[in-house]
Amino acid sequence: MKLKKSTVNALISYGIVIVAFIVCQYLIASKAMPRTLKGQMIPICVYIVMAVSLNLVVGISGELSLGHAGFMSIGAFTGAIASTWLLNALGLESALARLIISIVAGGVMAGVFGVLIGIPVLRLRGDYLAIVTLAFGEIIRNVVNCLYFSVDGMRLNISFNNPNLAGTIIVNGPAGTKGIKAISTFPVGFALIIFTLFVVLNLVNSRSGRAIMATRDNRIAAEAMGINVTKYKMMAFVTSAVLAGMAGALYGLNFSTFTAAKFKFDTSILVLVFVVLGGIGNIWGSIIAAALLTILPELLRAFADYRMLIYAIVLILVMLATNNPMLRSVFDRLLRVFRRRSPGAEMKGGAAQ
Amino acid sequence: MVAFLRFLINGISLGSVYAIIALGYTMVYGIAKMLNFAHGDVIMVGAYIAFCAMAYLSLPPLVAVLLAMVVCTALGVVIEGLAYRPLRQAASLAVLITAIGVSYFLQNAALLIWGSNPKIFDSVFSVGTIRLFEGELTITSETILTIAANIVIMIALTLFTGQTKLGKAMRAVSEDKGAAELMGINVNRTISLTFAIGSALAAIAGVLLCSAYPTLMPTTGSMPGIKAFTAAVFGGIGSIPGAMIGGILLGVIEILGKAYISTELGDALVFAVLIIVLLFKPAGLLGKPVREKV
Repeated sequence: MKLKKSTVNALISYGIVIVAFIVCQYLIASKAMPRTLKGQMIPICVYIVMAVSLNLVVGISGELSLGHAGFMSIGAFTGAIASTWLLNALGLESALARLIISIVAGGVMAGVFGVLIGIPVLRLRGDYLAIVTLAFGEIIRNVVNCLYFSVDGMRLNISFNNPNLAGTIIVNGPAGTKGIKAISTFPVGFALIIFTLFVVLNLVNSRSGRAIMATRDNRIAAEAMGINVTKYKMMAFVTSAVLAGMAGALYGLNFSTFTAAKFKFDTSILVLVFVVLGGIGNIWGSIIAAALLTILPELLRAFADYRMLIYAIVLILVMLATNNPMLRSVFDRLLRVFRRRSPGAEMKGGAAQ
Repeated sequence: MVAFLRFLINGISLGSVYAIIALGYTMVYGIAKMLNFAHGDVIMVGAYIAFCAMAYLSLPPLVAVLLAMVVCTALGVVIEGLAYRPLRQAASLAVLITAIGVSYFLQNAALLIWGSNPKIFDSVFSVGTIRLFEGELTITSETILTIAANIVIMIALTLFTGQTKLGKAMRAVSEDKGAAELMGINVNRTISLTFAIGSALAAIAGVLLCSAYPTLMPTTGSMPGIKAFTAAVFGGIGSIPGAMIGGILLGVIEILGKAYISTELGDALVFAVLIIVLLFKPAGLLGKPVREKV
């Protein structure tokens, strides 16, 4: 049996992630991993999923989105509410079942909002599209800040700007969630990464994925070929929203309390930094950049107060080094030599406009 | 009615600050086709310099403002030269991320130098307040000066870009870099000049902003920066009068929204109006729609 090249590459990708997971699990089990790093494992999973899903919009579909944290926020709050409701109202004891249902719920809710937001957003182009996604991200944060949720028996109460709800409060407006059981686990995070890779790699290597990339490369030519541009842009946008929502739920359930302020513009930008630094359109680049940059502030702890300053300098220098035409040509030559030897599991996409 | 007038005037005043910041965004975008996310942080640096000049060196306010402008101008030119110029040919997203890096750098440098405790900014100006309607409507000196500064800057910039040789060079570069270079215009110097003007305006905006809202922190510049960026897009990015109109409208909508609809949702309202405007006028209020050619 002969497998397609894209299938082989995808299998290699899953293999590498599984190996990385086993190594991490081993390090945790043998207590070789420092405590601070151990606490970073779930955030790393979350940011990898966020970066890969944003890469679907920025790299594969070629639209700059500055509001990705908004979907994460929707997922996180939905997940927190769902898990508490399942525990309080239905008495579902199994933490794993609650976690999985909550993640799915977070993804579905973010997907619904992805459709609602995508309809107006995807009519625009370029920087205008970017600014509208930014606007939606900020609107989501502001509105969530005014929402109150409580569980009262089987009932779920919602109110806007009114903290006096019957039952136990779960979401307390600007004070964020309250009394949520932190049930996220590293293995589930790992499973979410595999799921994300599965979805994204399959989408990219399918007929739809090729249509999405065609609209990115030349919108007019793609339209002339009979591709429904809005439909395929929407497909990429909503898939990305669903994955971000799932990542959000995993993130939210890692804490007993969190606020909407966690998902502000800076978080969207942080994820965008992972995507661009890893290489736009390059899934593996996103994964590595997300993992490294999430640990980097921890690794720089020795520099104490200077660590964020150094983070900024590293970011600027890496961007200069990888994008300056002179240095770039040197890198490209090195890469070409390297590629000839090993055809890597890479999908190199063109740059977004 | 008096209350409405008061909110309207406050809105115009806040909007004037946004407009001055938005001018920096829009000029840089027009000429370098990049979103300079570090612009908001230049505002913050300008405000800190003015604060230090007044609080520690006890310089007179006007000198402090001038000093802030000089420092910010230098900062803008240095940032452009070190971080953005090597990426002139790179993809716009790469430049965007570099700008974000610069923004982080400025914020964290400010955090190290001035600490995270908010500084209380003493108002720079004291012209006296105007009282109307038997004292029911007071207009503070900051409001008057902000609006006046906005008008002066607007007129000066329009004259500069329309009449002077350098201004014409700037417009030429923003239209077509290659052709401008062939005409003997020094493109790099023109772009530096744009950054210098934008940063000097940012310093003024920083002082005005902190005179009206006197808490000064390393993150002070980021939210006004985002809103001013929104204002620039609102008015049609790349257009100077557009930035002005966008800024003032945004300020008025924000203040009126906070006063009459919901305090918490003031920002959300601003962004909602932006989305609605862009849906009907996808290139902003004064932006020219660009035809795509096959």
